[in-house]
Amino acid sequence: MTAYIPFIPAIPLLSSLIIILFGRILSKKIVAFLGVGSVSLSAIITIIAGINFISSTPENGSYTVTVWNWLTTGGFSANIAFSVDALSLIFCFVITFVGALIHLYSVEFMDHDEGFARFFAYMNLFVSSMLILVLADNLLLMYLGWEGVGLCSYLLIGFWYKEPENGYAARKAFIVTRVGDTAMIIGLFLLFINLGTLNINELMQQASLKWAVSSPLAILSAALLLGGALGKSAQLPLQTWLPDAMAGPSPVSALIHAATMVTAGVYLIARTHVLFALAPAVQAAVAVIGAATLIIAGFSALTQHDFKRVLAYSTISQIGYMFLALGVGAWSAAVFHFMIHAFFKALLFLGAGAVIHLLHHEHDMFKMGGLWKKLPIIFITFLIGSASLAALPLISAGFYSKDAILWFAWSSTNGSKWLWLAAYFGAFITSIYTFRMIFVTFFGEAKTEPTHKPGKLMTIPLVVLAIISLIGGFIELPENFGHFQIFSRFLSTTLPSVQLAGESHNELLFQILSAIASLLGIYLAYLLYFKKSSFAESFSNSQLANFFYKGWQFDWLYDKVFVKPLVWLSEINKNDFVDKIYTAIAKATEFLNSLLSRTQQGRLRWYVMVLTAGVVIILTFMLNL
Amino acid sequence: MVTVSLEVQILFAGLLFLIGLVGLLVRRNIIFMLMSIEIMLNSAGLVFVIAGSHWAQADGQVMFIFILTVAAAEVSVGLALILQMYHHFKTLDADALNTLRDKNER
Amino acid sequence: MNTIFYIAGAIALLSSILAITNRNAIHALLYLILSLLSISVIFYILGAPFIAALEVIVYAGAIMVLFIFVVMMLNIGLEEELENKWLKPRMWILPSIIAAILLANLIYALRVLEHQTVTPQIIQPKQIGISLFTTYLLAVELSAILLLAGIIGAYHIGKQKKKIIHRFLKK
Repeated sequence: MTAYIPFIPAIPLLSSLIIILFGRILSKKIVAFLGVGSVSLSAIITIIAGINFISSTPENGSYTVTVWNWLTTGGFSANIAFSVDALSLIFCFVITFVGALIHLYSVEFMDHDEGFARFFAYMNLFVSSMLILVLADNLLLMYLGWEGVGLCSYLLIGFWYKEPENGYAARKAFIVTRVGDTAMIIGLFLLFINLGTLNINELMQQASLKWAVSSPLAILSAALLLGGALGKSAQLPLQTWLPDAMAGPSPVSALIHAATMVTAGVYLIARTHVLFALAPAVQAAVAVIGAATLIIAGFSALTQHDFKRVLAYSTISQIGYMFLALGVGAWSAAVFHFMIHAFFKALLFLGAGAVIHLLHHEHDMFKMGGLWKKLPIIFITFLIGSASLAALPLISAGFYSKDAILWFAWSSTNGSKWLWLAAYFGAFITSIYTFRMIFVTFFGEAKTEPTHKPGKLMTIPLVVLAIISLIGGFIELPENFGHFQIFSRFLSTTLPSVQLAGESHNELLFQILSAIASLLGIYLAYLLYFKKSSFAESFSNSQLANFFYKGWQFDWLYDKVFVKPLVWLSEINKNDFVDKIYTAIAKATEFLNSLLSRTQQGRLRWYVMVLTAGVVIILTFMLNL
Repeated sequence: MVTVSLEVQILFAGLLFLIGLVGLLVRRNIIFMLMSIEIMLNSAGLVFVIAGSHWAQADGQVMFIFILTVAAAEVSVGLALILQMYHHFKTLDADALNTLRDKNER
Repeated sequence: MNTIFYIAGAIALLSSILAITNRNAIHALLYLILSLLSISVIFYILGAPFIAALEVIVYAGAIMVLFIFVVMMLNIGLEEELENKWLKPRMWILPSIIAAILLANLIYALRVLEHQTVTPQIIQPKQIGISLFTTYLLAVELSAILLLAGIIGAYHIGKQKKKIIHRFLKK
C-alpha cells in the first residue's frame, strides 16, 4: 500500500537524469513532456497517498517506508527512508502541485531559450531534492535534500550564466545560505552526539525524555537548527541573498524562491517543534526574528522599482509571518500560511514573469503601466494574487491564513501585544506595496507595449492558481465564523494545537482591525500611486527611501563587517605565514640536496675514492677502539 | 719449504692490494682501472691461499678458484662494456662518462 | 726457499707498480703478466701447485689474452700524451694517503700474529676436487651459472649493433 511513496521523489530524479544525459539529442517536445510529466506524475501519486492517508490514518499519525540502508557506521545508521505524515503530505502536495503548474508555465516561458533542456533538468532535480527534504525520516537524508535544493537554487539563479551579475547573485545566494547550513550541520552533530540518533521521530522522543525544558543543550541545538532555517528561509540576518536571487528566470523565482525552497526553514522548525518547545528562549527568538524581518522586508518592498524585487521582499516578509507563527507556537497556522502563500506567491511571480516576458524583459515597474486593458487575464489573476497577499477580507485566501497568525500572535501563550503590533503594521505595509505594484504596472499611461498575447500554457497555470488563491482559504475558517477547520484537524496528528492564553478576547475585533489595515493600505496606495500624489514623488527621492531601497543597507553592513576585514586580512597575509613553515622545510631539503649533490659529480674515480675513504675510516675505528 | 713468517706473507698480499687500489684511484684510462681491479682480486686470492696453507686446508684454494671464476666473468663483461664505451664515445676516459652527475650542481 | 719467496715477491710488487704506472697499455699488460707469473711461483712454494697452474693458465693465459685482444681491437697504445695529461703528479697525493693509512692499519692488525712461521703442506688437487664437489657443490653450481651469465652478458653487450641510438639520446 505504501510502496509507491519512494516514487514521489524518484520520478523527477529519473527524469532529471535522463534530461541531463540525453538533453542534447532529445527534442524540445520530449524534454518538456518528461519535465512536466514527471512532476505531474509525482503530484498524482502524492494525491493518491494523501487520500489513502486520510481514509486510513495510522495510529501514531505517520508511517515510514524504508527503501534501503544508506550507511551504517559504528553506532550510527541512516536509511533512505521516507516518513509520511500530515505535515510532509502537505508540503509534498504543494511542491508537486505548484511545481507541476510552474513546469507547465515554463514550457512556454523558456520556449526560445537555448538552455531549455538544462532548465528542465535543474528544475526536476530541484523538485526531487525538495521532496527528499520533506519526506526524509532522518535528519541526514533531510540534509541531503537540503543541500540538493541549495545546489539547484545556485544553478538556477545563475541559469543565464553569460551575465556576470547573475553568477554573482548565484554565488551570493550559495554562500549566504552556506552560513546557515554550517550552523545546521553542527546542530546535527550535536544532536547525534547527545541523543545517539538522527531519526526524527526517535530524536523527538529522546529529546523530550532526556532534556529538561530550557536545558543548555536543548537551547544550543535548537539555536543551531534555527541558524540553518534562517539561511534557507532568508530571514534576518541572512536575508540579503533572496532579492539578488531574482536574477534567475521567473518560474525559478516562483518555484524555488517563493513557493517551496525558502519555506524549508519553516518545515524544519515545524518538523522539530518538540525541540523548539524545549527551548522557549529560541522559540521566542524565532517569533522576534519573524516579526523584525516582516517589517524590514515590508519597508524595502515599498521602495523597489524592479517588479520581481518587490515580490522577493514580500516573500521575505511573508516567511517572516510564518516564523512569527512558529515562534508563538501556532504550528498549523504557519503551515497553513505556507500553503496559501505558495499558491498566491507562485501566481504573482508567474504573472510578473509573464509581464516581463511580454515586455521585452523590462523589469522596471515604472516603465510599464496601463497593462490591464492589454493583458486582461494576467491582470485579473495578478489582482487575485495581490488581494491574497494584501489579505483582502473575506474573499481572499490570504486573509484567512494571515488573520490566523495575527490572532495567535496576540492570543497564544507565547504571544504578546508587541508581536501583534509588528505583524499588524506589517500587514498594513503589505497591502500598500502590493497595490502600489498593481497601480503602477497595470494602471496609468502605457509606456511599453507588450509584444504578443500570452499563450495557453502560460495562462492555464495562472488561472488555476488564481482560483486556489480565492477559495483555498475556506478549508480553514476561524472559530467565530464557520468554525470549519479541516486543515488544522488534519495536521493535529503531527503538530500540537496552539495554546491560547487564559484571558479570552474578542476574535472578531481583531479580524475587523486587520480588515481595516488591509483596506486602509489599499486606499493609501490608491492615493499615492493612482492619484500620483506629490508625496510619493518626494518620498521616493528621500534618503530614507534610498535606505529602504538598499534593503536597510544590510549588504553595505556585511561588506564592512565581514568582507572588508577578510579582504584586509588576506591582503596583509598574502604570503600565508603558515606556509613559511612548509617553505622552510622545502628550503632545508633543497639545501641538503645541494650539499649532497656535490658528491654526485659523475666521476667514477671520485666515487671509488670516497668509498675507500669511508672503508678506511671505519676500519681504523674498528681496529683501534 | 718456506719458513717466512705469516705476517710477512700477508703484508706482501696487502701491499699488492694497495698497489691495485692506488692504481684504481689514479688512472683515468678505464682499461688500467680494470687491470688494477685484477691486481686487487689476485691479492685477495693470495691471502686465501696463504691462509689455506697455514691451516693445511683445501678450503683456501677452493676459494681461490671461486675468485678466479668471478674474475673471469667480471673481466669478460667489463671488457665488453669497454668495447661498447669506445664504440659509442670514442674515448676511454672514465671521467668523460658523467651523465649521472647532478645537473643542478655547478 | 725463503730466498725464492722474497725474490718472487719483489718481482711481483715491482712489476705491479710498473703495470699501474705505465703509459702504454700493452707494456702495462706485459708487466701485469709478469706479476701474475711471479705470484704463481709464490703459490707453488706455498704448497699449492694446482692453484699455481691455474694462475698461469687462467689468469696469465686466458684473462690477460682477453685484455690484449681488447687493446688490440681498440687499436690504442699511442696515446702517451693523453696519459701524461691525465697522470699529473698531484693526482697521486690523495690515493697515496689513503693507501698509507690502510697500510698502517694492516700492520697494526698484523701485530697479533707474533712471528708465527708457516709450515706449508702440499695440498693435492684431489683434495681440492673432493672439497669442491662435496662441501662446495652449491657454490660450484652457482659459479657455473655466473659464468654462463658472464658469457651471455659479454656476448650481448659486446655485439656490434647497428647504430641505433636510443630516441632519448638523439639530439
